Amino acid sequence: MKKKESTLVNMVLVLLVITLASGLSLGYVNDLTLEPKAKAQLAKKVNALKTVLPEFDNEPVSEVLRIKSDQAKDSIELYSAFQDNTFVGAAVTGVSEKGYNGLVKLMVGFGPDGKVNNIAVLEQKETPGLGTKMKSEKFLKQFRDIDPATFSLKPEKDGGEVDALSGATISTRAFSEAVQQAYDAYIKHKEALTQ
Amino acid sequence: MANTLNHKQNFLKGIIKENPVFVMLLGMCPTLGVTSSAFNGLGMGVATLFVLLMSNIVVSLIKSQVPDKVRIPAFIIIIASFVTVVEMVLEAFIPFLYEQLGIFIPLIVVNCLILGRAEAFASKNTLPASVIDALGMGLGFVFALTVLGATREILGNGSIFDVRFVTEDANTFILFILPPGAFIALSYLAVVFNRLTHKTV
Repeated sequence: MKKKESTLVNMVLVLLVITLASGLSLGYVNDLTLEPKAKAQLAKKVNALKTVLPEFDNEPVSEVLRIKSDQAKDSIELYSAFQDNTFVGAAVTGVSEKGYNGLVKLMVGFGPDGKVNNIAVLEQKETPGLGTKMKSEKFLKQFRDIDPATFSLKPEKDGGEVDALSGATISTRAFSEAVQQAYDAYIKHKEALTQ
Repeated sequence: MANTLNHKQNFLKGIIKENPVFVMLLGMCPTLGVTSSAFNGLGMGVATLFVLLMSNIVVSLIKSQVPDKVRIPAFIIIIASFVTVVEMVLEAFIPFLYEQLGIFIPLIVVNCLILGRAEAFASKNTLPASVIDALGMGLGFVFALTVLGATREILGNGSIFDVRFVTEDANTFILFILPPGAFIALSYLAVVFNRLTHKTV
């Protein structure tokens, strides 16, 4: 077949057809993936909740409490968990912008006594092999069962009690700050959560 | 017979003689950026392979309908569409990989390997030849990224495909996980690769 001449009409027509076809097909794929995308995000949240909270039988995701905070860009989310109608704990999101590459977002689970139950990392962009070790059991272990009211949530370098990741003090600092933020939000709104 | 031989050569050139990463040094941005582990390298390679294959098919099909003066914008729109499809599918079905690759998925659009093959090969050759060219080049890219990712993961983290073979607190060459390590590992791998494939160098 002969190649089309580069006349104005030809060029405009061809580009129009190509953009139209690509636009339509993208819209179609977007429709297809909309539901799985939402599902994947929800599943991530539910998984994080299961990790950080003790056993519960209500549905924390549908009973989320969102509050605005001056420290965080997005609102802080608080999920309360009940077992047989007794309050067993709450999961609170905490963020810090002070990570090595920006945002660090955590989900922190607290018991009714204010002690940390467990922590899950929701989002982070830290250096692979250094800051990403904040997800490791070895690092997370030290936060379990601490009471942030008496435990200083700062790296040892800054006069606190957190054993920093080697080579990633900045990541540790951001992590600790996010935990502290979650704790502050939890204490502030504990009343509303336990009902 | 001559034709099948040609196809075979066409396929193999992408993997060995004209390997996009080790020989032609194309697509360096994802090559250096995401290969901090073998799995990331493999994921990025497969995503690029898919885009390359689809864009080669479409470009080869419409090559006679596209006026010469607007061929580059036309190719870029086609490539960008497929990249966006990959991005949406990854986010929906493999969110873990989507997070790991991050900004490098949209950047597949500007991977010069893909536009290069569309311009230099698919726009001048038949559909079957373009498909084989895309598969060869794409697999060469997958191979190179996986090897590079594996090398960096082994040296920098003491593991391969997340299977650790050193203790948790062992000292590894963290440098290889960091950006400078990508350059160092790539250069040595390119030397080894060219030594093995071009005997006369």
